[in-house]
Amino acid sequence: MNEIAPVLIDGIIYSAWLFIAAVGLTLIYGVMKILNVTHASFYALGAYAGASLTGAWLARGYPPVLSYAVLLGAAALVTLVLAPAMERGLLRFMYAKDEVVILLITYALFLILEDVIKLIWGVNPYYVAEPYALLGSFEAGGLTYPTYNLILVGLALVIGGGLTWMLRATRFGKLLLTVIHDPEMSRAMGVNVGRYYLVTFTFGSFLAALGGSFTAPTVSVVPGLGVDVIVLSFAVVVIGGMGSVTGAALGAAIVGLVRSISVHYVPQVELFVIYFVMAMVLAFRPRGLFSLAEPRRI
Amino acid sequence: MTRDRTPLLLGAIFVLIVAGGPLLPQWALFILTIAIAQGLVVLGLMLLLRAGLVSFGQALYYCVGAYTTVGLTRAFGVSEIFVRLAAGAAVAAVLAFVLGFLLAKYRGIFFGLLSLALSMILYGLIVKSEALGSTDGLNVAPATLLGARPGADSVRYAMAVIAALVGTGAAYAVHLYLGSPLGRLGPAIKDNEIRVEYMGASVRYTIHVKYVIAATLAGAGGALAATTVGHIDPEMGYWTTSGEFVFVTILAGTGSVLAPFLGALLFSAIHTIAYDVSPHTWQMSLGAALLLVIVFLPGGLWSLFARGKAG
Repeated sequence: MNEIAPVLIDGIIYSAWLFIAAVGLTLIYGVMKILNVTHASFYALGAYAGASLTGAWLARGYPPVLSYAVLLGAAALVTLVLAPAMERGLLRFMYAKDEVVILLITYALFLILEDVIKLIWGVNPYYVAEPYALLGSFEAGGLTYPTYNLILVGLALVIGGGLTWMLRATRFGKLLLTVIHDPEMSRAMGVNVGRYYLVTFTFGSFLAALGGSFTAPTVSVVPGLGVDVIVLSFAVVVIGGMGSVTGAALGAAIVGLVRSISVHYVPQVELFVIYFVMAMVLAFRPRGLFSLAEPRRI
Repeated sequence: MTRDRTPLLLGAIFVLIVAGGPLLPQWALFILTIAIAQGLVVLGLMLLLRAGLVSFGQALYYCVGAYTTVGLTRAFGVSEIFVRLAAGAAVAAVLAFVLGFLLAKYRGIFFGLLSLALSMILYGLIVKSEALGSTDGLNVAPATLLGARPGADSVRYAMAVIAALVGTGAAYAVHLYLGSPLGRLGPAIKDNEIRVEYMGASVRYTIHVKYVIAATLAGAGGALAATTVGHIDPEMGYWTTSGEFVFVTILAGTGSVLAPFLGALLFSAIHTIAYDVSPHTWQMSLGAALLLVIVFLPGGLWSLFARGKAG
């Protein structure tokens, strides 16, 4: 029992983080059929903006409790500056192209944004540990965990629940489902499809930035931060089924648990198992674990 | 019907490198050799791209070729350069033959994602494995050429000539392949798979063959790069390396077997110059170049030449 509890807790925390980082990717893919590599850029931008703005906030002596709101605001800020301009200015002219070509276009944008980040923030690492240390820690199963991790779990639940509610119960969500199902027919019925694409892209990117900004207090923010995250996110959404929010949750849970089990018992295979699971899923259920149960994606 | 000028051009390029090599400075020879090694990988990716497939994991075979070279040297003390290249290519080919049964069923982004996952598996294994040097990588023992070890001042030149020999040879072989019925099926698969099947050809078999050829080339490229650099590390198998290869493939275009090598050379040149001029913006230049090519030159830089000829 004492062995299993830490494995589970680590797994849950890591899963929550993975879900926040990856769910925007699945949302954008589900609606727009774009495998968005700039997701990594938004993650990194969120982390940098979060770290530097929170740092500035605390340096002025403002109340540290509100630094969580600053993290949130930082993510919203970078997204609103960049995502709508990117979608309206470039991506919307590319929708007619092949999925692979659009993937390459986002890859090109990712390369450009990598250097934009370096130009803005330089190459030195940023640290803001205050929001992380502020809440103290709690004990579970004989081990101590920072309470900040609970915020991540809570955030993941709020995002997952909120998205599901939005898609199932609101007018916007229901219209979004029709856009996913058949963009052309939706357009014919008077739905402003372009607007839905714009909102989806912006919101999906915002989720990536949010993942970044809330990760920033737990790590040192360095160049190339998003590079690892994007392949992990690919693994998560592929395992769950691309375009499905429930699938992303399932994928995050599987990857999180598999990783924490391997870290605790066989640390040599940590990276290997994640991609092994991804390859196995692609080999046997190419559309992901969650695709058949719910053919109407998202 | 104009005469096929590609063999002549390849021969001329080989002669040019052999004759002009001694005049080039050491660093230029090094860049040239690495560009040819990467050009081999891109040549393979070009084959796949002609069939509409983009592999985001070709670094897998590049990496396998490189690590095979080192394994061979450490286990059996083999230093002969041609044996190393052949072994790197052979191991990559066998691996691709096995994985090809799985991958040949996939298209579009699923092909890309599965190849990405496979390459990340290898990366994950190497990074965590002490025996394979983990993140530090391994050193590569110097190579010998037909039993002799070239002197320190001529080793770069020797490597460049070997690379030119392998590169032009591979390019010519691929050129012949592209003219063959099997090679011509590539663009047909991209256009309409169902029609290809109705013609009586097997799409899966065709893609499998292309995949194995591409991997063989990448393995040889990896072995060549490992011997030239003298050091290998897991970065060779990371997804960003695969991304660079895809980048060069798109940049160069699929118009000719010469395009991948020119693309790789141009990429190395941009890399070197941009890194020198402003180290923080070279990726930006690459990204902008890729974007411009995709939007304005869907056929890659090679289509500039082709258009000039037609007009």
